Amino acid sequence: MNAGLAISAVTVVCVVTLGIGAFGLRLSRTTSDFYVASRVVSPGWNASAIGGEYLSAASFLGIAGLVYTLGADMLWFPVGYTVGYLVLLVLVAAPLRRSGAYTLPDFAEDRLESVPVRRLSSLLVIGIGWLYLLPQFKGAGLALSTVTGAPSWVGGLIVAVVVMANVVAGGMRSITLVQAVQYWLKLTAISIPVFVLLWIWLRHGAPQPHIAASPPGHQWTRPLSGFGGRDHPVYATYSMLVALCFGTMGLPHVLVRFYTNPDGRTARRTTLIVIGLLGLFYVFTPVYGVLGRVYLPTLPHGVQADSVVLMLPMAISPGLLGELLSALLAGGAFAAFLSTASGLTISVAGVIDQDLLRPRINARTGGDSVAVQGFRIAAVAAVVLPFAFSLLSVRVGLADTVGLAFAVAASTFCPLLVLGVWWRGLSTTGAAAGLVTGGVLAMSAVLVTMVGGVHSGWSGALLAQPAAWTMPIAFLVTVVVSLKTPSRIPKGTARTMVRLHAPETLTAGLPKPTPLSY
Amino acid sequence: MPSATDLSTLVIVITTAIALMTLAWALARALRRRGEFGSPVDRATYDTLHTAALASQHLHEGLTPQGASKAAKHLRALLGTQAIALCDTASTLAWDGTGAHHREQVWRHASEVLATGRTVVLGAKDVACGDPDCTIRTSVLAPVISEERVVAALAAYGSSASAGLVRATEEVAAWVSTQIELAELGRQRSRATEAELRALRAQISPHFIYNSLAAIASFVRTDPDRARELLLEFADFTRYAFRRGGAFTTLAEELGNIEHYLALEQARFGDRLQISLLVAPEVLPVAVPYLAIQPLVENAVRHGLESKEGVGHVTITATDEGAEAEIVVEDDGVGTDPEVMRRVLAGDQDGDSVGLGNVDARLRQVYGDDYGLVVETALGAGTRVSFRVPKYAPGVHPSP
Repeated sequence: MNAGLAISAVTVVCVVTLGIGAFGLRLSRTTSDFYVASRVVSPGWNASAIGGEYLSAASFLGIAGLVYTLGADMLWFPVGYTVGYLVLLVLVAAPLRRSGAYTLPDFAEDRLESVPVRRLSSLLVIGIGWLYLLPQFKGAGLALSTVTGAPSWVGGLIVAVVVMANVVAGGMRSITLVQAVQYWLKLTAISIPVFVLLWIWLRHGAPQPHIAASPPGHQWTRPLSGFGGRDHPVYATYSMLVALCFGTMGLPHVLVRFYTNPDGRTARRTTLIVIGLLGLFYVFTPVYGVLGRVYLPTLPHGVQADSVVLMLPMAISPGLLGELLSALLAGGAFAAFLSTASGLTISVAGVIDQDLLRPRINARTGGDSVAVQGFRIAAVAAVVLPFAFSLLSVRVGLADTVGLAFAVAASTFCPLLVLGVWWRGLSTTGAAAGLVTGGVLAMSAVLVTMVGGVHSGWSGALLAQPAAWTMPIAFLVTVVVSLKTPSRIPKGTARTMVRLHAPETLTAGLPKPTPLSY
Repeated sequence: MPSATDLSTLVIVITTAIALMTLAWALARALRRRGEFGSPVDRATYDTLHTAALASQHLHEGLTPQGASKAAKHLRALLGTQAIALCDTASTLAWDGTGAHHREQVWRHASEVLATGRTVVLGAKDVACGDPDCTIRTSVLAPVISEERVVAALAAYGSSASAGLVRATEEVAAWVSTQIELAELGRQRSRATEAELRALRAQISPHFIYNSLAAIASFVRTDPDRARELLLEFADFTRYAFRRGGAFTTLAEELGNIEHYLALEQARFGDRLQISLLVAPEVLPVAVPYLAIQPLVENAVRHGLESKEGVGHVTITATDEGAEAEIVVEDDGVGTDPEVMRRVLAGDQDGDSVGLGNVDARLRQVYGDDYGLVVETALGAGTRVSFRVPKYAPGVHPSP
């Protein structure tokens, strides 16, 4: 395979990302016009930015790979990834914005008025962030080795270095415009090849997918039949849906973007647009899985199903067109790795810096250290550890690992956020107990699955898709412990609740006088 | 390439090794700490100090019924008597130990101590009760004195009262007195902080009001429409500046107010005043103390223009720094002697630099000492004033 085009596409994406990082500030608007300067980020741009950061390797490559191997059941993945925002919209979007919190630990501290719960949330944010970063590095390695034949660690290393350089240099902190453009870049990269490939497929006389070659024990086209040839497909499907629906609100890089909205109303509108944008993107990804069944009934030995997206153009149309399309896809995939990994790294590094590193540095140096240094050390820590682990764990697919990150988020932050926003009776002790229970249960399930692979039988199903039992347990523990410890309900609960739920125009107290005209 | 099984075994081995090492380190530390107090005397000293420390935790809010009853348990351990009671000038606060039916009498027993401030020893005649199982016969009562007033009494109940017990009770009561005084000190400090915060209300410079009205007056005849517009700007500015309510607003609101302010300054200076803005839209919703930036801009206008010939530039920059926002106001004016600026920020003098010391004090008050103003200036080199605000700080919520 001629790797030149693909390599240049990946290089262009990396260089542009680094360039934007270096000249980041100059993209902001210089003006002497106050009207222009104080225009807030519109919901449309902000929604694109959320989409740009959210669509990760699992979305770009993983879903097609899953549909390719496992068939119709896997269509729930894109549905779940999108529906998570619907749950977010209905349950917590506007109150979360009104809380004024910038990160999840901020919300915990604001609502529960407790620093220990804040620390606990910080640890969980770091855990979930690392778990989510892991597949980004793995996916990058996979993508690069598919299109160029490089060893699988090279791609991950490139992403790790680019992200680290960018974050450490202080660029691409959270420039909304850049992440918004990333969304449209990814949408272009995934949709144009789909149209070209479908056109070629129609010209070939629309051949049927080769279903016989799929793994035995289930039918590729029948829903709820296989889930990867694993046992208890119905349980696995529902559990995964629970994880995706309720995990989105607990992802570290989602709340950060909501802060950019000026108020709760625009936060809701942003979420609505995000659902539309994600839905549009996810129309395209499963098509690759189906076309893969048509043109690549068996994969060459040693090639993972996740790379089917990148191999498809060459299989359908060998020659320049195929090369161009796979270069486009490789570039889009790298954009996906870079934007998601940057967003996560910034969130995780921010939390490490603020809650773990800075108190210790200040204790040692008496507050003399420069704030930027702490953030840089934190950024390196946030990238290096998951990258190292991405070299080790090889047993679980991209979308599966991401699913586990969602499961942990659903079992920890979902109870905290939903009960925190809607229940006056939530006590500090109850919230902490829920976070610990959900975190320990879900994290142990994740570790067992990542280290030992997916086992058969009920134990395997329960461990590989833990959300359906860990999330209700976490909710139950939070509620029961809260009811037992009414004295630990934060003193300011009533005031906080008013602030979270009353529209901004009400909390302003005084109506804004309109300018007189005479 | 190693197989997946090998790798997972490796991971398990490494994790176990790390866990074992952590455990061993924790054990070693715990053992070392034990070994530092070898002899029985050392142990006794350590135990006494530890008990006193435990009791002091519950006294840091002064003598409250909850705190007193929790502290009483540790105080009894210090004295080693059958029972102990604490009462203030109004009622009995706590009883710890056996014979709780004596609790009713404590306040009567303590009346003499509370009145005279002298230690009193009561015998069986005053203390003993009819219950044959109750061994409480005597009571030693010592005064707790805070700011030269008897505020409470500490009573030790037992079967006999030795000279040693009297001495020990007096010492413990004196120690409690110190704790109560510390608590009072803490309360006074928080009252002082609140008063300081009230005193640090945002300030409007009287020069500005005078200058604006003078500038408006100059337009009244030549350009009545402009004068009307400026008066409306002035009205908007004062409404914002004299508003009541929360201490915080959003950066967007504060910028809007600066717009009104600069419109009035431009009426005075015309084209001599050049403004440029570089504002990251992500930081517009950030909460800032209200009127935190306007004084910086006013200062920049003064130094950038008033005492200088020709055109002056003022640049306002707000950048997104992750969990914080940085706000910079820069001018290319005459600058200030760094030593003078240092004194202004220290609050020693407030003459030339409008309200900078006030803004600095308010920022430190709200966000802590890490978040004060940073001023870079030298004579003839312009001035750059910057500060950072965290995007979230507990208790900081903008009220529009």
